[in-house]
Amino acid sequence: MFRTLNFFYKTRSMKTVPTLMRDQKKFFSLTSRLRHGEYEWQDPKSEDEVVNIVYIDKDGKKTNVRGKVGDNVLYLAHRYGVEMEGACEASLACTTCHVYVKQDYLDKLTDPEEKEDDLLDMAPFLKENSRLGCQIILTKDMEGMELILPKATRNFYVDGHKPAPH
Amino acid sequence: MNLKHLKMTFRLFSTYKNIPRVCVVGAGPAGFYAAMHLTKKLENVHIDIIEKLPVPFGLVRYGVAPDHPEVKNVINQFTKFAQQKNVNFYGNITLGKDISLLQLREHYDAVLLTYGADEDKTLGIENEDAYNVLAARNFVGWYNGHPRDKDLKVDLSGHTAAILGQGNVALDVARILLSPLDILKKTDITDYALQALANSKIKELYLVGRRGPLNVAFTIKELREQIKLENCATIWRKNDFIGVAESVNSMPRPRKRLTELMLKSLNENTNTVNDNQKLFKPIFYRSPKKFLVNSEKHLTGIELACNVLTGDKIEDQKCVSTKDSEILNCSLAFRSIGYKSVKVDNDLPFSSNGVVINENGRVINTDVSDLAKLYVAGWLGTGPVGVILHTMSNAFQVAKLICEDLKKQENYKKGGFLEFKNIINEKTSVIDWSGWEKIDKYETEEGKKLGKPREKITCIEKMIQIALT
Repeated sequence: MFRTLNFFYKTRSMKTVPTLMRDQKKFFSLTSRLRHGEYEWQDPKSEDEVVNIVYIDKDGKKTNVRGKVGDNVLYLAHRYGVEMEGACEASLACTTCHVYVKQDYLDKLTDPEEKEDDLLDMAPFLKENSRLGCQIILTKDMEGMELILPKATRNFYVDGHKPAPH
Repeated sequence: MNLKHLKMTFRLFSTYKNIPRVCVVGAGPAGFYAAMHLTKKLENVHIDIIEKLPVPFGLVRYGVAPDHPEVKNVINQFTKFAQQKNVNFYGNITLGKDISLLQLREHYDAVLLTYGADEDKTLGIENEDAYNVLAARNFVGWYNGHPRDKDLKVDLSGHTAAILGQGNVALDVARILLSPLDILKKTDITDYALQALANSKIKELYLVGRRGPLNVAFTIKELREQIKLENCATIWRKNDFIGVAESVNSMPRPRKRLTELMLKSLNENTNTVNDNQKLFKPIFYRSPKKFLVNSEKHLTGIELACNVLTGDKIEDQKCVSTKDSEILNCSLAFRSIGYKSVKVDNDLPFSSNGVVINENGRVINTDVSDLAKLYVAGWLGTGPVGVILHTMSNAFQVAKLICEDLKKQENYKKGGFLEFKNIINEKTSVIDWSGWEKIDKYETEEGKKLGKPREKITCIEKMIQIALT
């Protein structure tokens, strides 16, 4: 079961991020950015495609989003004004799209690549259910998924200090 | 009706004085991120970013390794931001030389300092000024085309080099020295650095750490890259890892995964190394005592003191040098033990460890009525640690404070750059965003000829000349 899911996933996501990564010139072209995330601006063509998910920001504010199969969680957040940064533009070089995935849905995502795990190690307030938003591509079984943004994204505290909630 | 006249009219009749004006000093990631946050959170704000160099982006341009182009993607965001109407970039202006802090504070409602950490820390040991003892920072600037470092003398004719320090900068330097040329060729590394690396004889590179494998400062992504590097073998010293495997399980996840990677690589060490491979050799528990030189004061080696850690708890352990020492023969050495900031203006309260004294970004004891409040973000305020993400978070947090303070103010009477434009123009050639766009275009075109994304201009005069045509 897991295997097949993973396989399905990999073939999907390959179309989006890694192919762009190989073409180095794209990093320096300013127009390419417009193509990033364009797909997420297209509305679902039919109900079969729809995947409803919820973003919950650091203050607990919920944003219900009607996404579709194949949408990248980072760019979808941008479309609906959810504050997810995505500084490296989904090229696995930063952790500014760090999210917590509600446990029930965690198993429905593909296992993180080594590179994603390496980056998560640098993310402030890392938890067991931490993932990078830019690596989550919506599938039908993610219907109803809740994604929680980290309470804070700063990292000033020495190890072990727990900041008081705002 | 000439342009000057028009501008005067604009100044007289516009409502520009009702908008808060913020000056950001330093166009690196801290400055850009803070400025971006300000425009997001305030409906109306005018931001001037001033920068010492004629070109923007600071360490994104001059610090990030050329083989990490994906990290530089933030430039796209910064560019979009800089093109907004209420944002201006003014390059080639040096705080403390072309303009004083006091002057800036007279013309803005808030001044945010984000000029980073420009100097490297020194070891303070004998013969540190010897030939081929370099600051990693300058070497990074050299291969990245920083105007300050373009003429650095780097002699790669020896067999062995050593890097003192075990952070990510140290690993960047190692990777650039050990990477196959074919990989570097396709990056925006400067052409002169590429030529020098093509003739490099360096086969063996030591990465020297004062403390143990559990104390390394580099992050796992960078280490994994180094370990996986084509045609390069990583050789650890087995003795450095005594007791390490036993303590792995009690560590927090990042440290645990990093340590596990080192242990895994250590266990693969037994593989035979072939003659063509370059060697990467991290060593631990060694502090440089002095640099050894020949009669011409050329580096021949480093005397290293052997250290032990004392104390039970890992977090409280202290590193103590023993009487034993070891000689490491090498003809090139880099010190990579950190950066510090420069006090560019006498009015700045500076702490002994080289940061502007601040409370969550507010520069303390500098409030004077009628003068802009003073803030600091990025390495200048936090000290030179952390990756771009940490700088971003800090910048956002300081920007939030600025917003809160600005909202408390009832009216805004400052005029910003236009008020001191004439004074500045007498001192320096100001490069605005359109000037940078010309430089950018020129560099990209030059790069294209060489099959690279960009060939940087390394001479300030040339930058200015292109920007002003």
